[in-house]
Amino acid sequence: MNQTWERAARAACAIVALTACGASAQERSAVEEIERYRQALGDGNPAELWEARGESLWKEKAGPKNASLEKCDLGLGPGVVRGAYAQMPRYFADSGKVEDLESRLVTCRSTLQGIAPEEAKKNPFGGPGRKTVNDALVAYITSESRGIKMNVQTSHPKEAEAYEVGRKIFFHRGGPYDFACATCHGVDNIRIRLQDLPNLTKQVDAQRAYTSWPAYRVSQGEVRTFQWRLEDCFRQQRFPHLDFTSEASIALTMFLAKNANGAPFNAPSIKR
Amino acid sequence: MTDPMKIRATMSGDKVEVKVLMSHEMETGQRKDSKGAAIPAHFIQQVTATHNGKVVLSAQWGPAVSKNPFLSFKFAGGKPGEKVSITWTDNKGEKRTDEATIS
Repeated sequence: MNQTWERAARAACAIVALTACGASAQERSAVEEIERYRQALGDGNPAELWEARGESLWKEKAGPKNASLEKCDLGLGPGVVRGAYAQMPRYFADSGKVEDLESRLVTCRSTLQGIAPEEAKKNPFGGPGRKTVNDALVAYITSESRGIKMNVQTSHPKEAEAYEVGRKIFFHRGGPYDFACATCHGVDNIRIRLQDLPNLTKQVDAQRAYTSWPAYRVSQGEVRTFQWRLEDCFRQQRFPHLDFTSEASIALTMFLAKNANGAPFNAPSIKR
Repeated sequence: MTDPMKIRATMSGDKVEVKVLMSHEMETGQRKDSKGAAIPAHFIQQVTATHNGKVVLSAQWGPAVSKNPFLSFKFAGGKPGEKVSITWTDNKGEKRTDEATIS
């Protein structure tokens, strides 16, 4: 009698253990499958097409001044592209502002090529049948930082200020959902559908997330830049529209970029 | 104007492994724009790969192939330094040919 009870109890335990184990295995395998999918796609990342187009746009003469961007200073001296993105955003003495890559490109296209900033900021992100200069240049310049460790500084007071403003925006709750970036990106093991959401308050996650943008989005067939990423995060939170290259967007980029310091940059990548 | 393809051709054992990225909208003709009008079909129909003037791959594609397609294949008989040439033709008659050297 005693023995029968014992056996039954043991069997029940085994069933409980099995289901608990089964659920987590399923979750894990979904994540692993997505990772496998990314690796399979990584071999033929169409972002390379953007990189190639960006490189020729960088060297081509354009705009009212009929000049190329080859003298554009991305922070490491005029024309130095290699490794420049790993140290952005940064303070630029010539514009007196902290700039991320995309706002710096607006500055360069206006000073070197004579394209009005309003014009350079118009429709920065591609869509069906519309390829943009911004997407291509970003793909090219970021690809030139692949493998280089992130090294964003806040030694200039304006850089430190941008970081602090970015941190505040990250934790600021608002909008109809009473959301902050941190609502989804400040907790472990959170997903939207099958997408893992990185906990950006943790260094490892912050590094892995930041160094994987820009990315070719298979579902959209476009290379998406970091400004696009932030704009869409704001939309998903139902925040007011985040203007392209606005001070707020650069500050938030500063916060996220600096938190990724020390990790090798590894983009343009490929995402679902 | 069409964008150039990105072609890599490398020796893999005694075969040549070719990897091609093509820049193309690959519009199926099934989608509608924001005003409800059908977006006209625009996709690659014919892909041909040649090596030393000899066709090593010929494929007929349709609207089910993804945007910015990636094509990978192997063929025998190639040597480093030789050229591989890829040509695509789409349903609007647009055509593009690019070349790569086997390494």
